Amino acid sequence: MARLTNDNVELAREIMSLYPRPKSALISLLHLAQEQDGHLTDSAMAHIGELVGVSSAEVLGTASFYEMFKMEPVGRYMVNICTNISCQLVGGEELLAHAESTLGIRPGQTTPDGLFTLEDVECIAACTEAPCLQVNYRYEHRISNEGFDQLVNDLRTGNRSDIPDHGVLAQIRQHIPEDRRAGSVTPEDTAVPAWISAPEEAEK
Amino acid sequence: MITNAPKITTSRFDNADSHTLAGFEATGGYQALRKALSMGPAAVANEVKTATLLGRGGAGFPAGVKWGLAPENVWPRYLVVNGDESEPGTYKDRMLMERDPHQLIEGVLLASYAIGCGQAFLYVRGEMPLAQERIATALNDAYAAGYIGKNILGSDFSVDVVLTWGAGAYIVGEETALIESLEGNRGMPRLKPPYFPAAKGLYMQPTIVNNVETLSNLPWIVSNGGDAFAALGAETSRGTRMFAVSGHVKNPGVFEVEYGVTTFRDLIFAPQYGGGILGDRALKAFIPGGASAPWFFEEHLDLPLEKVTVDRAGSMLGSGAVVVMDDTTDAVKACLRLVRFFARESCGKCTPCREGTTWLENILQRIQDGYGRPSDLELLLDVADNISPGIAWPPKQTTICPLGPSAVSPIASAMQRFRPEFEARITQAEENRHMVPVTISKAASYG
Amino acid sequence: MAEADLTQLDGVTVEINGVEVIAHKGELLIEAAERAGSYIPRFCYHDRMKPVGMCRMCLVEVDTGRGPALQPSCMIECTPGMKADTESDVTKKAQDGILEFLLANHPLDCPVCDKGGECPLQDQTMAYGPGESRFVEEKRHKEKPIPISDLVLLDRERCILCDRCTRFAKDVAGDPLIHFIHRGNNTEVNTFPDEPFASYFSGNTVQICPVGALTASTYRFKARPWDLETTESTCQTCSVGCRISIDSSRDQVQRFAGVDIDPVNWGWLCDKGRFSSEVVTSESRLSEPLVRDGSGFVAAKWSDALNRFAKALGSASSPQSIGVIGGARLTNEDAYAWSKLFKGVLATDNVDAQLGDGLPAHAVLGLPAATIDEVCAPGGTVLLLGPDVKEELPVLFLRLRHAAVEDRVSLVEISPRSTGISSLAKASVHPRPGETAEVVAAVLGSAPISREIAGIVADELEATRLVLASAIGPIKVVLGRASVAESASVIVAAASAILDARPDAVFLSALRRSNIRGALDMGLAPGLLPGRITIEEGREWYSEAWPALPTASGLDTEGILRAAADGKIDVLVLLGADPLTDFPDADLAERGLTGARTVLSVDTTLNASSKRADVVLAAAGFAEKAGTTTNIEGRVSTLSQRVTPPGTARPDWMLATELSSRLGTDLGFESFADVLAEISFVAPSHLALDQAIAEGVPDGVLLPLDVVVIIDEDDEDIVILDETVTVSEDGAEVEVTADVVFEETDGSEADQTNGLIELIVDDSDTAGSVPAFVEFIPVGTVVIPPVDSYAFRLVATRKLYDQGTLVQSAPSLAPLAVSASVSLNPWEFDRLGVAAGGRATIRTAKASVSVTVHSDIGVPRGVAAMIVNQADGRVSDLISADELVSEVRIETSS
Ligand SMILES: Cc1cc2nc3c(=O)[nH]c(=O)nc-3n(C[C@H](O)[C@H](O)[C@H](O)COP(=O)(O)O)c2cc1C
Ligand code: SF4
Ligand code: FES
Repeated sequence: MARLTNDNVELAREIMSLYPRPKSALISLLHLAQEQDGHLTDSAMAHIGELVGVSSAEVLGTASFYEMFKMEPVGRYMVNICTNISCQLVGGEELLAHAESTLGIRPGQTTPDGLFTLEDVECIAACTEAPCLQVNYRYEHRISNEGFDQLVNDLRTGNRSDIPDHGVLAQIRQHIPEDRRAGSVTPEDTAVPAWISAPEEAEK
Repeated sequence: MITNAPKITTSRFDNADSHTLAGFEATGGYQALRKALSMGPAAVANEVKTATLLGRGGAGFPAGVKWGLAPENVWPRYLVVNGDESEPGTYKDRMLMERDPHQLIEGVLLASYAIGCGQAFLYVRGEMPLAQERIATALNDAYAAGYIGKNILGSDFSVDVVLTWGAGAYIVGEETALIESLEGNRGMPRLKPPYFPAAKGLYMQPTIVNNVETLSNLPWIVSNGGDAFAALGAETSRGTRMFAVSGHVKNPGVFEVEYGVTTFRDLIFAPQYGGGILGDRALKAFIPGGASAPWFFEEHLDLPLEKVTVDRAGSMLGSGAVVVMDDTTDAVKACLRLVRFFARESCGKCTPCREGTTWLENILQRIQDGYGRPSDLELLLDVADNISPGIAWPPKQTTICPLGPSAVSPIASAMQRFRPEFEARITQAEENRHMVPVTISKAASYG
Repeated sequence: MAEADLTQLDGVTVEINGVEVIAHKGELLIEAAERAGSYIPRFCYHDRMKPVGMCRMCLVEVDTGRGPALQPSCMIECTPGMKADTESDVTKKAQDGILEFLLANHPLDCPVCDKGGECPLQDQTMAYGPGESRFVEEKRHKEKPIPISDLVLLDRERCILCDRCTRFAKDVAGDPLIHFIHRGNNTEVNTFPDEPFASYFSGNTVQICPVGALTASTYRFKARPWDLETTESTCQTCSVGCRISIDSSRDQVQRFAGVDIDPVNWGWLCDKGRFSSEVVTSESRLSEPLVRDGSGFVAAKWSDALNRFAKALGSASSPQSIGVIGGARLTNEDAYAWSKLFKGVLATDNVDAQLGDGLPAHAVLGLPAATIDEVCAPGGTVLLLGPDVKEELPVLFLRLRHAAVEDRVSLVEISPRSTGISSLAKASVHPRPGETAEVVAAVLGSAPISREIAGIVADELEATRLVLASAIGPIKVVLGRASVAESASVIVAAASAILDARPDAVFLSALRRSNIRGALDMGLAPGLLPGRITIEEGREWYSEAWPALPTASGLDTEGILRAAADGKIDVLVLLGADPLTDFPDADLAERGLTGARTVLSVDTTLNASSKRADVVLAAAGFAEKAGTTTNIEGRVSTLSQRVTPPGTARPDWMLATELSSRLGTDLGFESFADVLAEISFVAPSHLALDQAIAEGVPDGVLLPLDVVVIIDEDDEDIVILDETVTVSEDGAEVEVTADVVFEETDGSEADQTNGLIELIVDDSDTAGSVPAFVEFIPVGTVVIPPVDSYAFRLVATRKLYDQGTLVQSAPSLAPLAVSASVSLNPWEFDRLGVAAGGRATIRTAKASVSVTVHSDIGVPRGVAAMIVNQADGRVSDLISADELVSEVRIETSS
């Protein structure tokens, strides 16, 4: 299974350079690995450990804490249906039940064609737009049973090119131009910031 | 009272280009930054103090006071922006990040300038790729335009703002867990004291953690003055605030209202806000401030959305999430759903939270499933008591952070008000079937 | 510490259960309460690790002025006026609640659990716990014990997630190979898939696990705590001197555990030490004496074996024709008895406890000494000029690691290749073998370095120099032999250079074999007598105590082997030594053993060398005899007998005594205590040791004691005094401030009146003034032949797990030994035409071996790094003892 590709290693180095300590980039790099492979492979995790300078066990310890990281392959589309309180009150659980029957799987399972993984998730911050769901973390607000079936159909027939494969989060990344960069501040940089010291000196 | 207070944080929401640099600049964007640079950091901090801007992340601690808690002359200091919005019922930070990212960035710059921070981290919840993209674009544009980075607008103020994504863990919204996460660790909270972020935060350096909405207020405060902000609202809750009204209302939505004076009744019933209960049914209960808050009832409707008043009445405004339940709501089921949330989201560090919340969930699940035993109600309360001794408000805790005790809130509320519903479920269980010792396996309860 | 001292140490007054307690500033409430007699239950807290406050068991009601609130006492520092109630109803309810939560998912398999009977969770439950479980749900199920390493098993069902093992792994050992995985109620401890918890310190996690989740594969189901008998002793696996407890049942050693003593091991052990418990019960132990019968051995009666042994000794043509090698695996008493026999009766000085792989005794005993605590003192600077401490002295590694990570100690390493501690060092440079002294002189100098020295570029040297230049206080040197392919004289020259540049430098010798320090102290080295003195200095002092003395300085092990090879040794005695395996030059060892007329051995097992003996006396080993031992610091601590030796095996001191009497001299010992008493009376560095030991100091006794010996000219007596005393003119009456009570030789307590103590010692056994201790003999730089650009310099280091007798007698450890290899810097691969994983032939003038090639960037270019003590490619075949460095050539081989 895959370590990070050379391009991704380069990107990983750029990401690490944004932080005072390389380990702070760990979660970002795990996202990068998941974007590459759709889930987190052992070798990608080990590779990330090498890059940020921690043991593989520490990488796994961090990765496994977070819901979004999958250690096993999942469907191309992760369908996350919210059943938390605001959605529950207006039909989230019924929507989930409908999704189960449409997709023929229970939460946590993947359709045999490898297209969909269904999850019963906690609040996704769209409470006023309930019931709601996410496909690969792209929102569908106030969705009805029919709307759901349409969505599944569109995904099956490739009509939702706006939704990338599982693992791809933001497709635009931050890039700090070298000439604009203030530079990472490490805990060892104990100098008083320029704009703070100047007025203080002026006062004196 | 419904007022005509100006929109402070949501003023651009109706503009189609609200998230672009051009749209932002056309509507006064980055003017506060320019003004601040001419005022000096101390003056900016002062304006924020004058404004008495309460934190919008949940605890409601005054931002100006928090900034002052960083120990003097200890450098570097960091700013961490909490965009992990995950409290059930809460929906406002995502909106601010998606629709007005520059406003947030300007707020971050103002705060960094005031506290002397040379590197800020903007932690956006993992499940929000659109917000991540909008902020990334905004940051890239703002860097290019000279608003962020080295020698901002030609001044001696330099700060890098780094966008970070979370990866799915409610607890990471808690500020010390957020810091752990930013250090590449499991998001497990640190004990306060000694690890108050303002003193020992990111990399054990002084760190100010502020919520997205809190910081989004800063451009307005700096532009219009702290006094103008403080002129709005009530004594202990100034300015305006965003509330998400969800659940059984006709017109669910996020509304920016004047803080401290608008009432729950206004928010739930006024046509421009919630518009009344769905199907004009009766109100059963409402959660005034997110899943962690004890429930309110009919008699609380006329309380103003005012921090101290709500605290005294036995709950909190928390994250500005008002969840309305009508009289058809199954109290046991709602209670179970909320408790299940906390059980699933416990970080696992503290024994009472790790073991106790799951136990509470299991007891509620079997009551809900019709296998409850008469002794279960006392058991429920006693297990709750072992997580939050005395089941009081504000809660006491045997845990490190308030997550564990938060699971007690819905139980305390529902059991206090709707105990007969629980009892009925148990009596029914007794009548319907012989008691079989049940095991609730994870797979069954989590689907 | 007395209460009075505490107030002086800006103590704070707190109130615990209504009683005023004075706590140290910054002391944790849980500790202060325990000192005050209120034990607060705990699971995650461990006093040698940073508190995490996560199990919540130690919650107590604390009032700091804002009303009582539950606080974890393991995280709360005592502050003035703090009031804590560890027994209030609120406290009790909270603690009971936590216990119930912990038990909710904890299996009830105590009857089959190794921890049963010594389990804090079980104890707490018995003491305070709720009676019946209200938890009716099914408990969490996980696969029963899974191996997380070769030595440790993990039962995740029993785990209470206290973070002790994981904290230990990361914070103490620096091996974060086990970690919390998953979240919340699904949290578990585990390793990364296929990356076991391969830590040299893994066994500690078994010891500190507060439940039976972590168990040692060596101990599973072997015994129940209530069957165990326990004695404290001192680990003899290496020479750090970790304090341990030995558990036995039915006269069989079952396990070792670490005991916490401040100056040494803090409760930790390395796995080699911990699991060396298996060595005691090893199948290969000798249970009776053996005598040669043709090409094999037959078991003999003790009287026959001893007679034959004594006869061989007695038949030596001269004292110079006797050679004695070994003694590092013995107790001090054993070593003294042999010393007295060989030097004091047979008058030979060809005696050496070291096997050519250590340092000259004058360096070990004569350099200004530092204790482990002094080396690790916060804020200091340590120069590591010796072996890889992680491989050879593992718990010293833990102490140094703590010093560097927690106590701002700057480590500077000068070693022939990178080691297990390099990553913690502020500077780590690797001079070409042989050229260390020059590097030392340069980096301790005041002149900026602008040229390459010994293959190290100027920048690195200069950076190293700057770290050392910024040292506050004396530089502490850990001194030893990093590589046995480099002569000891190179290290002696380096030590000399250090003292030249920094006369206040202090040294901790990093010798490896268990009681090597004790053996040297007892005179098992050429030119020395017991008590850290030379023969010349001690000639008069010992003239009465011992029947004879060597007439001149003798040979060290290399000299003995050489003499034997030349046919000049009639009797070669091996005291638990195996030169064929351990002497760096295997060819010389072989010629020595072949050339010696008679080889005699005293050992606990048969090894390659003792198999060549005519008589092998079966010796009692560790845990089978009482005595004392001395660690690298010169700290003497006790060894205890826990079990009876196998068969009829006997302690060495007894064998020496028996042999001596067969040779016509009574050594005068009937028990080990007799030997100790004599040591304490005659060995100048050990004077009064027996009294100090009798005081039962668990931390051991650092020698020499603060005593001053004065010869009372009038009475021709010796008076032993504390150093702090004032001595009256005639030396007969002195004031003593120490509270040690000295005995007179007749056993009666010395006169002690009004703070005055008068110790009159019969001087019939000793005479003259107290001899001065051995002094370090500095040497100038050694001249190393120039590098030959085709040759590599050989570096031969050790691994913790090797083919040595100890590891190989412990079934659990034996498979962990690495196999033979050569490690090369990958930059050399091309010019040699070798590849990682391929084979190469390493050749010197006299031999060649073929081994697997490893790529290792920690090996400098031009160096071939090999591991000592590998059966399948012995580096000792390549080394010549008479060369300062070993040059090798490398060729590919298939
Ligand atoms: C369990 C828990 C979850 C939290 N989640 C969030 C969150 O998602 N977003 C947030 O801003 N604050 C959250 N908080 C509050 C933060 O700890 C912190 O008080 C806040 O970010 C401070 O910002 P403010 O002062 O601007 O409100 C949470 C607190 C707890 C205890
Ligand atoms: S209360 Fe729960 S979520 Fe908070 S630190 Fe403890 S275990 Fe983690
Ligand atoms: S011992 Fe204090 S919380 Fe565990």
